[in-house]
Amino acid sequence: MSPDDRKYTQEHEWAKLEDTDARLVLVGITEFAQDELGDIVYFDLPAAGTEVVHMEKMGEVESVKAVSDLFSPVTGKIEAVNEELVNHPELVNDDPFGNGWIMKVTISDLSELDGLMTSTEYDEYVGGN
Amino acid sequence: MLKGGSRDTSKLLMERSVPGRVGVVTPELDVPVQPLPDGELLRDNLDLPEVSEPGVVQYFTALSQLNFSIDTQFYPLGSCTMKYNPKVNDEMAFLPGFAAIHPLQPPEQSQGALELLYRLQDFLGEITGMAGVSLATLAGAHGELAGVLMMRAHHQANGDAGRTKMAIPDSAHGTNPASAAMAGFDVVTLASDAEGNVDLEALHELAGPDLAGVMITLPSTLGLFDQNIVEVCRIVHEAGGLVYGDGANMNALLGRAKLGDLGFDVIHLNLHKTFSTPHGGGGPGAGPVCCAPILAPYLAAPIVTGNGANGSGTDSGYSLSIPEKSIGKIGGYHGNFGVLVRAYTYIRTLGDAGIKSISGNAVLNANYLLQALRDIYYLPYDRTCMHEVVFSADWQRLRGVSGLDVAKRLLDYGFHAPTMYFPLIVHEALMIEPTESENRDTLDAFIQALRDINRESEEEPDMVHHAPHTTPVSRLDEANAARHPNLRWRPSE
Repeated sequence: MSPDDRKYTQEHEWAKLEDTDARLVLVGITEFAQDELGDIVYFDLPAAGTEVVHMEKMGEVESVKAVSDLFSPVTGKIEAVNEELVNHPELVNDDPFGNGWIMKVTISDLSELDGLMTSTEYDEYVGGN
Repeated sequence: MLKGGSRDTSKLLMERSVPGRVGVVTPELDVPVQPLPDGELLRDNLDLPEVSEPGVVQYFTALSQLNFSIDTQFYPLGSCTMKYNPKVNDEMAFLPGFAAIHPLQPPEQSQGALELLYRLQDFLGEITGMAGVSLATLAGAHGELAGVLMMRAHHQANGDAGRTKMAIPDSAHGTNPASAAMAGFDVVTLASDAEGNVDLEALHELAGPDLAGVMITLPSTLGLFDQNIVEVCRIVHEAGGLVYGDGANMNALLGRAKLGDLGFDVIHLNLHKTFSTPHGGGGPGAGPVCCAPILAPYLAAPIVTGNGANGSGTDSGYSLSIPEKSIGKIGGYHGNFGVLVRAYTYIRTLGDAGIKSISGNAVLNANYLLQALRDIYYLPYDRTCMHEVVFSADWQRLRGVSGLDVAKRLLDYGFHAPTMYFPLIVHEALMIEPTESENRDTLDAFIQALRDINRESEEEPDMVHHAPHTTPVSRLDEANAARHPNLRWRPSE
């Protein structure tokens, strides 16, 4: 069961609203995604201060199996990237919904979150995959 | 395993060092002593191992005996066509007239070599149904780059520079998008349909005035023949685009179907796969480019032409030439000549009937494995396959045994692992390409090994999970090796 305090994409990223006034959203990948990837060995992530666009490529994740694109669930400006992942990409394997967060984004338009899947919808989506 | 004395390969050369031991004893100085250069250039402590000559030779010989190769064992590595390389190919390449020739020797002194290249161009053109051939490219992906650069040059010459998109199926080799991107194209992914063919609807959507072309591997990396291929070529041509063919899987089609006849405009061949030149150790390879008449003026230089009026060279000799609108030179000299001699020998020793029997036996062997294993390994695309079969280890994974575990356990049975986790559209993929080289006894032993491993996945999943158990090193920590690479020896403090 994916946590119901956030929204999900079909590309297996999640977006969690941290602060409504500051429009701050935490972004990561799901438990299903980390399980499919296997042991993650490297993240190629954009720098803080750059812009990301909803469902456009924001970076890459490399596991022992393959390299995959990461897509941004939201449009906005990156406030911070999880620097811990540089030396400890395994954080995402261990705790994808918590310490394995990938970046913090100031979302341009809060209503963009409404277009993403709920946890129930996402669990159904991956269950039927 | 190789244990005991210098056959123990677990110790590196540096760790075998014994103070005072030497490999070479120099004679006493019998010439005047010369002053040494500036002290800044000299170090007084070089960390070199102190070892004897036999110690070094035994160490490296022991290491070489750990090699796994097609000359030692079955090597069903999907997409790589690890077929037997007949030794006569090497014998021909070692002939002094070929081996000792210098690439800068003038053409009048190298007519024999040029004739071989000319004839090889001819053979490859005939096999693929293509008008133009360049042997200059040195590897598969190198051929891809040359081919897409030719496509770009063609569009630009037509004033069609707005064609910036290259469509590539989601089952393609990773080199295809890389080559297209290097040539400056924007790569767009082309979906596969439920049968594993190119999704025609998706292709229709992409087929517009900005489409430069598509890059198709036939058969696909799912080991399947795309039944829509003629229609795919028609749609792309109608939109003004060109069709690139990745010839990596030509072993399935040799002597049966010509890519030129099917509608492809430009392709590359992997001589090191299909035409049995040694590979797997990083080369050398050869990736000749073959193309339709409209692209022939753009071929990479040089090509070999006959000096006769009709382009024949039988009486008048051969020259190296640069096609009219060539994309230019793409490597040194004339391609990997030694590889080209081997491929030429392979074609000549097999002849028409032999070439045709390659594809027949390669496809038969792959389907033999498909039928013998489909009850215990999940077959995601349930169709007659071509030269390779792609299973999924999904059923084993339910018992906690992954595709990686199955592959590692195969090493204990003395087989090379299949290609894993590729193509990406198959979960837990195990991609098996037996080639035509192996006899039924070998295939049966391989089938038995995979059946045994399936049973082990039920009875002793933990043992499989920790395989291999009989190799010089057991399960490597791949994740840790990638996260914290340890790339060089360091003295232990």
